[in-house]
Amino acid sequence: MRLLALCGIPLVTALAVLGLPVFRGRRVPVALLGAAAVAHLALVTSLWAIPAPPTLGGWLAADPLGLTVLTVTSVLFLVTVTYVVGYLRHDRPRSGQVFAGCLLAFLAAASVVALAHHLAILWVGMEATTLSVAPLVFLRRDRRSLEATWKYLVISSVGIALALLGTFFLASAQVDIAGRPLVLPDLLAHARELHPAWLRAAFLFLLVGFGTKMGLAPMHTWKPDTYGEAPSLVSGLMAGALTGCAFLGVARVTEVVMAAGLEQFAQPVLIGFGLLSLAVAAAFIIGQGDVKRLLAYSSVEHMGLLVLGLGLGGVGAYGSMLHLVNNGLAKGWVFLVTGNVVLATGSATAAGNRGLIRTLPVSAALLVLGLFAVTGSPPFGLFMSEFTLLRAAIDAGHPWIAAIMLLALAVIFVGMAALVLGIALGAPPPGAVPVRESPWLVAGPMVLAAAVLMLGVYIPGPLHEVLTRAAVALGGRGP
Amino acid sequence: MHGAPQLILLLVVLSDLAVLGTTRLSSCIRIVAGQGLLLGLLPLLLAPHLSVHAVSLAVGTVVVKAIVLPWFLMWAIREAAVRREVEPLVGFIASQLLGALAVALAFAISSRLPLREVQHELLVPVSLATLMIGFIVLTTRRKALTQVVGYLILENGIYLFGLTHAERVPFLIEVGVLLDIFVGVFIMGIVVFHINREFDSLDSTRLRELAD
Repeated sequence: MRLLALCGIPLVTALAVLGLPVFRGRRVPVALLGAAAVAHLALVTSLWAIPAPPTLGGWLAADPLGLTVLTVTSVLFLVTVTYVVGYLRHDRPRSGQVFAGCLLAFLAAASVVALAHHLAILWVGMEATTLSVAPLVFLRRDRRSLEATWKYLVISSVGIALALLGTFFLASAQVDIAGRPLVLPDLLAHARELHPAWLRAAFLFLLVGFGTKMGLAPMHTWKPDTYGEAPSLVSGLMAGALTGCAFLGVARVTEVVMAAGLEQFAQPVLIGFGLLSLAVAAAFIIGQGDVKRLLAYSSVEHMGLLVLGLGLGGVGAYGSMLHLVNNGLAKGWVFLVTGNVVLATGSATAAGNRGLIRTLPVSAALLVLGLFAVTGSPPFGLFMSEFTLLRAAIDAGHPWIAAIMLLALAVIFVGMAALVLGIALGAPPPGAVPVRESPWLVAGPMVLAAAVLMLGVYIPGPLHEVLTRAAVALGGRGP
Repeated sequence: MHGAPQLILLLVVLSDLAVLGTTRLSSCIRIVAGQGLLLGLLPLLLAPHLSVHAVSLAVGTVVVKAIVLPWFLMWAIREAAVRREVEPLVGFIASQLLGALAVALAFAISSRLPLREVQHELLVPVSLATLMIGFIVLTTRRKALTQVVGYLILENGIYLFGLTHAERVPFLIEVGVLLDIFVGVFIMGIVVFHINREFDSLDSTRLRELAD
């Protein structure tokens, strides 16, 4: 019942907002957004206290993997909604109806993905996340956002189409053996009997398909444009929550492949995509002049780390799951404060900004802290997860992977620091006056920052247990 | 009834190749609408007996792929006053040769796949061929609207592969997939409409402002 409500509440609210004439016009129904977000997070919290039984004949269930993704999404969504309150005082979308309706539709679709234990339902939800976000990318309705929306739609749609083919391949691997088609527990129970050739093909297509949505190199080309042109709060939701959903798609098929004993085949592929993403991110971060595009490449890097962890296995799976949480919260934090810079100065580029620490002290301080968090510096949570991944590489007997990782991380740190410190520090341009920062615009990022900081020092017991169980499901183990 | 599905699948391949050789955008959309109709007939012919499932899948497919989406794309051409020519990046003859190559490749790949559905032996190769030709249209045509046509053909190829499991996949999921594709093409159509207003052309190669 609660699982249905998690998908149903945002879906019904979204349909009401998009369908009812009351919501026409530019006014954004913030109270309704807030109510849906609070109700969603309350339900998610209740799942941590009292687990819910699977519903719809086992099609929807909250297992450790799904629960982790769902929680990150729900927290990030509530924080984003509080940010929207302050955002609307500076900037009004052309249509409040589309803005609120698409945000709610995204929450509904992401919940479906997180809870789906039927891989075709997972696909339907994943495609719905793509579609619900597209109008939000196009919110400014100018040429640049139009171009970004088009690239995003075409590349993601082709990616997700390949994932559908992969899903059908998985069903082909299941012909003539027991179990309901494409239902995850049945797939896992009979994993060893699955037809290996079809299973391999399914894995590759699903990895490339959902990897396109994650933004793994070389399918990442839409990412800098989309994150750069979308409103920052939308980029934050995409980089923090949507990528988590896409990773879940990859993680589901990895679960099946590992249960089928094909790790010899899957691990090198995952490691390859991971290292390539790290290398591409490092190459493009150097000399980047726009903070939002910079963060997009940083997202490519972190997606690479997530699949790298899956590929390394062992403690790497735990590292990936922890990194999923850390990266989700940190990306939300950094994109929202970057949004504050854009709201105050009109852009987040090196050309237009200097000395923000004087004119926009709270946001600039949060941005600099965010730089350290995102690049995996101690004491933030990302340091812990990246350290776990390094350990996994050495445990697995691949010190060269650890070396490549360290090199890429160092290059990325230098590239990001050059841009972020450049706009935050120094003397502001003459005539610039300090801007009053609305508490609505900084409270959300502060909460996320506190959470990322806490995860670097202390991981709560229930979270540790859930992440460990998720890692075991992925063929790995806890630390 | 054994020959009928084979005939329809052959017509599907012919319609793929026809799209590659067509110079007018509206004719491309008509061919894709015809392809949608053919795809709608297949579940009826392939099902061992006429079930509610097969009939609803057929009706849904025809409504979405043969009527609503082509009508919507025609509307977009008219309203956005798109120029009628396809404007390929790769010539028509060359793209038809590529298409023929794709068909040959599809048959070569399928003959090596571990297939059990012997009675519809054409289904998988035709599905792969359609998929590859959709990809060719998507990547070698300049106009944004033609890329939407390519995406539709790509989806049709995947739909054909999905038919090998039509009896095993619940109807609810088929509805979800169709709905997603419908909304996807709808949003693409809206974006195409805006591209034309902003850039005075549906030429996606002009979308070049964003780059590193």
